[in-house]
Amino acid sequence: MNTPQTDSVPAPRRFPLREVVLFAALLVAVLGVYAMMGAAYSTRMLVEAACYAILALGLTIQWGYAGQFNAGVMGFVALGGFSAMFFSVPVNPDFWETELPGELGRVLLYMVAAVLVVFGATRLDRLGVPKKLRTVIAVILAVVLYLVVINAFRGVTDQIESRAGFIGGLGLPVGVGWVVGGALAGGVGYFIGRVCLGLRSDYLAIATLGIAEIIKAFLKNSDWLTRGTATVSPLPWPVPGPAEIGFTLARALYLSVTAMMIAVIFFLLTRAYHAPWGRMIRAIRDNEISAAAMGKDINKRRLEIFVLGCILMGIGGAALTSFNSMFDPQGYLPLNHTFLVLVMVILGGPGNNLGTIFGAVAVYIIWIMSAPMALYLMDMAMTLGAGLGWETPTNMDSRALQARVFVIGLLISLVLRYAPKGLLPETVKHHD
Amino acid sequence: MNELVFFINNVVIAGSVSGSIYAIGAVGVTLIFSIMRFAHFAHGDMMTFGAFMVLLLTTLFPGAGAAFGVPTAILMLPLAMALTALLAVGVDRAFYKPLRAHGVKPIVLVIASLGVTLMLQGLIRLFAGTGGQSLYIDDRKEIFRLALPFEGVRAPVVITEPQLYLFVITLVAVVGLHLFLSRSRLGKAMRAMSDNPDLAQASGINTNTIVAVTWVIAGGLAAIAGTLLSLDVTFKPDLSFFLLLPIFAATIVGGVGHPYGAVAGGFVVGFAETLAVFNWSVLLRPFRDSLPEWMTQAGNLAFVGTEYKIVVPFFILVVILVWRPTGIFKGKVI
Amino acid sequence: MPLLEARDIHGGYGGMNILNGVDMAIEADEIGVIVGPNGAGKSTMLKAIFGLLTINQGEILLRGEPIHNLPPNKLVQKGMGFIPQEHNVFPSLTVQENLEMGAYLKPDNVKRMLDNVYDFFPPLYEKRRQPAGELSGGQRQMVAMGRALMAEPSLLLLDEPTAGLSPLYMSEIFERVKKINDAGVGILMVEQNAKQALAIADKGFVLAAGQNRFTDTGAALLADPEVAKSFLGG
Repeated sequence: MNTPQTDSVPAPRRFPLREVVLFAALLVAVLGVYAMMGAAYSTRMLVEAACYAILALGLTIQWGYAGQFNAGVMGFVALGGFSAMFFSVPVNPDFWETELPGELGRVLLYMVAAVLVVFGATRLDRLGVPKKLRTVIAVILAVVLYLVVINAFRGVTDQIESRAGFIGGLGLPVGVGWVVGGALAGGVGYFIGRVCLGLRSDYLAIATLGIAEIIKAFLKNSDWLTRGTATVSPLPWPVPGPAEIGFTLARALYLSVTAMMIAVIFFLLTRAYHAPWGRMIRAIRDNEISAAAMGKDINKRRLEIFVLGCILMGIGGAALTSFNSMFDPQGYLPLNHTFLVLVMVILGGPGNNLGTIFGAVAVYIIWIMSAPMALYLMDMAMTLGAGLGWETPTNMDSRALQARVFVIGLLISLVLRYAPKGLLPETVKHHD
Repeated sequence: MNELVFFINNVVIAGSVSGSIYAIGAVGVTLIFSIMRFAHFAHGDMMTFGAFMVLLLTTLFPGAGAAFGVPTAILMLPLAMALTALLAVGVDRAFYKPLRAHGVKPIVLVIASLGVTLMLQGLIRLFAGTGGQSLYIDDRKEIFRLALPFEGVRAPVVITEPQLYLFVITLVAVVGLHLFLSRSRLGKAMRAMSDNPDLAQASGINTNTIVAVTWVIAGGLAAIAGTLLSLDVTFKPDLSFFLLLPIFAATIVGGVGHPYGAVAGGFVVGFAETLAVFNWSVLLRPFRDSLPEWMTQAGNLAFVGTEYKIVVPFFILVVILVWRPTGIFKGKVI
Repeated sequence: MPLLEARDIHGGYGGMNILNGVDMAIEADEIGVIVGPNGAGKSTMLKAIFGLLTINQGEILLRGEPIHNLPPNKLVQKGMGFIPQEHNVFPSLTVQENLEMGAYLKPDNVKRMLDNVYDFFPPLYEKRRQPAGELSGGQRQMVAMGRALMAEPSLLLLDEPTAGLSPLYMSEIFERVKKINDAGVGILMVEQNAKQALAIADKGFVLAAGQNRFTDTGAALLADPEVAKSFLGG
């Protein structure tokens, strides 16, 4: 058996040696990157790491606080990114000054009406219609109305694409898009959570994986809304951009915004963790049955946690996309946005917010630095190989990057096996 | 009648093809679940690995198949199955078994299988590159065009050689699996362990053997599915990506831990996909004159565009989870 | 030499000891019955003997050979059979397949032993193609006993075989146990229905708080007023 003692030792105000050492090492690494790559590059890296830290906080409350595994972080990130784009990009007069907005509005109204009709049909049994018949009626109505509405919708969107390109944005402040992005992600999370959270945890992983792919497919193929593969750029920043005050300063300002967000989220999460609500969440995670026996509404608490995590992912994704100043639906990769975040969380310490932030920054630095490293190593191997008369394949560069995929996978497996609680484990308090 | 041929080509044949692939994949996933109680996310990449092994072997011996009158890839399939089975057992020993021995929650095994997914993907891409490659290297892909003996039918029913192999091998695999599970001592022990692992152990069944056998079967089946899919289209390292969700949907539709259900679920998902992307207005064309104008004017009556195909298995998944989480054939623990 | 002998067994789950020094011995043709109040460690003792629980002190001998902490499949090979109280059949396997699983380690014996078990439990023959999960509680218990007998054990461990059964089935099960024992199989069982169980017992062990309280022949324990007062409900 494992040693139960390590958990039960009360840790009253010990000196946080481990934390200090790890963060000092991290600081050294960051300074090293600054010295090697220059301030503009390094600040960009830090901003991105900060955005990833928000994503990682979202995942750590799902996985660390509640044991829910979200395999579709990418989807929630993409939703946030879309929202950031949609609200902040300038208004497109080619669209708004035609009759197209009215047409689009009309089709959207049809959609709402169709949903209402189908919903009404599912209630027909209250008027005395037999249940079987009601189901048949509802299904047929749903199919027919769906086909009618979707056809009208395709007509309008084709018109928009050919005449106006895409509908453009709303020209609102960037922050609005971030907030709505969080809300959108939370809404999708609510839907998934309602379906899956009462079931085995595997189902949540499968469903989140699926919804992420669907969100990506939708954003990629809805050219009328997102310009699809043509991408939308530039996206405005919440702070003065590089064109006005230079790269380093602008990025430093952006960094301070994200750092502020992390500080607020961190503060609120820590408060919540120690509040009765947090205790209840952990009670459910550690012993579901006895928590239920004490009258806790398990599924509701689980849903709260899941939605909260998704909201954070949406906000983080919005901040990340705004910073990249480009909305490219194909840029949302499951590898970067799901598994990298997963490694950050389980390496840093699931359920420990400080550990998660540490994991996010550390893993992101390794990830960013590993691309030039892998290429360099491959280059060396190729020079060596050429000397030995070895015929080198042409696309070595892209292949070398695949080695990173392998390393991420290996890292997940090793951490799960040898350090499942991460470098900074969650400190479990016991009240005697 | 040409419309009917169009329907056969685009729905009946295409649906059977993807249905067979999903069915073979889902059987593996469901067996792994019933013995080890976790959703195996690396299954898609085991398929890719199997197909990649066939690709390697076919590249090494491109002319071998001609001597037997079959495509070289088919000749190499048994060998690739063995290699994939070996990989599956090895992966279990290296990554899943230590975690099981620690008594972790099933969800940790799910995450571990994601780690394995990434490792396999990285390795396969490192060696195979990222582009698509045909498994027909020295052979020629036969295409059979069967003209229907009706008047006025111009378009033939089209079926390719790998599709025929797919149907035959799927049939053999399913019948073989059925006989194994219902007749053989080991197969019965496998079902027993799926039913009640503790009692299986108390009966003297060596659970480690059963776990290994499960991986061998799942790995072999994965190699079949991956190879036949790659034969039908081309081999691509990201093959697995589009397979995972439909396979899980098929597994859950059929009732988790229920091999025959998984086969049925595979065909349900496969046909649902092809029916959903099928343009139904084609079938309305013969009745053009007798239908109201607005119905015939709609150019595209497909439920979803092909680019949204992935929505179909997800929709099925959500419906089944809401409506009947145990699947159509009552599955195991949820 | 006793068939089964356990000396000074200590063990439990997750660092908490439930057994605090239990002694037990039965001969090859005897029925041993373990009785006692809830939480006395009766089922735990049975599981410890069958290797489902690691013991941290004491020794268990089967025909003089130490067997403690061996995995269950090894013990089955050595002629021990175990029938758990709950989940004691494979519900989706047919009755016959359940029985076959009992002889998993002796596949050559299957045919002969199937005939024997069907002779012993005639109702099972009629239901042999039915999934065991569809049977009634008493029939399931028969399947469970049949499955254990398939391996031709020399010692059978039963964990509350009559729990949750109607009185009619209860006496039938006790009768079968007696009959199995007559065929030369040593039996060690845990029972809640102490009076009926001690009536057929050669040896009785009354456990309390993980220790032997009384150990004697079944008849002697039934006659002992102190045992009757504290453990048999008057």
